[in-house]
Amino acid sequence: MDWGALHTILGGVNKHSTSIGKIWLTVLFIFRIMILVVAAERVWGDEQDDFVCNTLQPGCKNVCYDHFFPISHIRLWALQLIFVSTPALLVAMHVAYRRHEKKRQFRKGGQKCEYKDIEEIRTQRFHIEGSLWWTYTSSIFFRLVFEAVFMYAFYFMYDGFQMPRLMKCSAWPCPNTVDCFVSRPTEKTVFTIFMIAVSSICILLNVAELCYLLTKFFLRRSKKAGNAKHHPNHENKEETKQNEMNELISDSCQNTVIGFSS
Amino acid sequence: MNWAGLYTVLSGVNRHSTSIGRIWLSVIFIFRIMVLVVAAESVWGDEKSAFTCNTQQPGCNSVCYDHFFPISHIRLWALQLILVTTPALLVAMHVAYQQHQEKKLLVLTGHADAKHMEEVKKHKMRISGSLWWTYVCSVVFRLLFEAVFMYIFYMLYPGYQMVRLVKCEAYPCPNTVDCFISRPTEKTIFTVFMLVTSSICIVLNMAELVYLVVRACARRGQHNSNPPSGKGSFYGHKLSSEYKQNEINQLLTEQDSSLKDMLRRNPGLQEKGDRCSAC
Repeated sequence: MDWGALHTILGGVNKHSTSIGKIWLTVLFIFRIMILVVAAERVWGDEQDDFVCNTLQPGCKNVCYDHFFPISHIRLWALQLIFVSTPALLVAMHVAYRRHEKKRQFRKGGQKCEYKDIEEIRTQRFHIEGSLWWTYTSSIFFRLVFEAVFMYAFYFMYDGFQMPRLMKCSAWPCPNTVDCFVSRPTEKTVFTIFMIAVSSICILLNVAELCYLLTKFFLRRSKKAGNAKHHPNHENKEETKQNEMNELISDSCQNTVIGFSS
Repeated sequence: MNWAGLYTVLSGVNRHSTSIGRIWLSVIFIFRIMVLVVAAESVWGDEKSAFTCNTQQPGCNSVCYDHFFPISHIRLWALQLILVTTPALLVAMHVAYQQHQEKKLLVLTGHADAKHMEEVKKHKMRISGSLWWTYVCSVVFRLLFEAVFMYIFYMLYPGYQMVRLVKCEAYPCPNTVDCFISRPTEKTIFTVFMLVTSSICIVLNMAELVYLVVRACARRGQHNSNPPSGKGSFYGHKLSSEYKQNEINQLLTEQDSSLKDMLRRNPGLQEKGDRCSAC
């Protein structure tokens, strides 16, 4: 179970995302996960072995390393990426549930909707409306929250995003204040800034997607309100709901609805 | 065979699980196995090489490491994850057995065309009857294994915290020496993380158990108020699970006994009987 497996799991969600969501997923996999695996892990690979302190006192190096790096950048990024990509699974679960319901209807020989084949239900793309809209919006909201929390954790732990060359350590059992030297500080700073920049781009994409979804929602609502205003005598609440259902069904069905009574 | 292989094996079980079971499986694979593979293993990678004792005495380092870490966290977690995910295979085996029975029934009733066979393979089994008991046993075993490993962890590493310094006086160390552990804070963070996800999995398993029991009681109550009508067709989806199983067993025993009778009367038909499935 590794990043490849996560890619397989999340690839399926791609079909039901908005265009911005697809861009976000691409940025995540190519500019964050791939960079982490092919480049960043090598840079941090010798972080403890090459962390050198100016003392022969046994244990001083271990203690100083632990003091300055409570959790390594690489592990923090790995956790961040796992947490940020997981809310998309909520959407995948909701889509799977909808598909299951449609398959059940199809098997019962539902009069409301006709598909040529049950395979069509499996490959069909769902529009982001109704309860799926709420699930999708919640997943974006959680993504934003996790991104922000991890950015803050990073800033809090490493006091700014720069990696210094030298650290002064006086934790026991170091006999006095010793100089400790970090391995590849400049390269680490470059990658830290890169990952922060891409993280910010992802946050912006998520915010844009949220705005897009909200705008679409309000536009759709005002369109419905506009329609209801033009025909106030003919439509009551139930008929409006019925019309919405018809709209939804005709959106997703290939054939027209047969014999549907009002 | 690695974690990916286990994932392949267990994804098949997913189809026949409850919704809570699917969530549990996702939590196991994403928040435990994946975190173990991509993050935790590299934290514990240098646990022995960077374990430093304040002595030059040869052997003291190894002995002290062995004394304080009888089994590494990583290996304990790997064992825990394997044992916790394996009861799901009981369910997979039972489902495969039921599918085999259904296919046999289709062959005996002469409906063994490709379409029906595919449907048997693809359709989701209802968790009722003997499958319900198998499923509940698998959930109970999962809970048991999780609890046992949490207890072992607590016994071996009290408090779940990784200390920076341990004092060791095992032979051949000349006296009480200070030994320093590599990355104790990072190890504590990951230990707590794995502990939290383990607790979440225990809660999910208990919720699933309660859900299964409540559903069974509800179904039983419904069954008592609406007794089933007479025998339906042989096709399982029209009958309840137990009824279906009884029909299948009856057909198979009748078929077996008539085949045995015929072979007893005509020993020469043995070979033909092997070739012909409906003799």
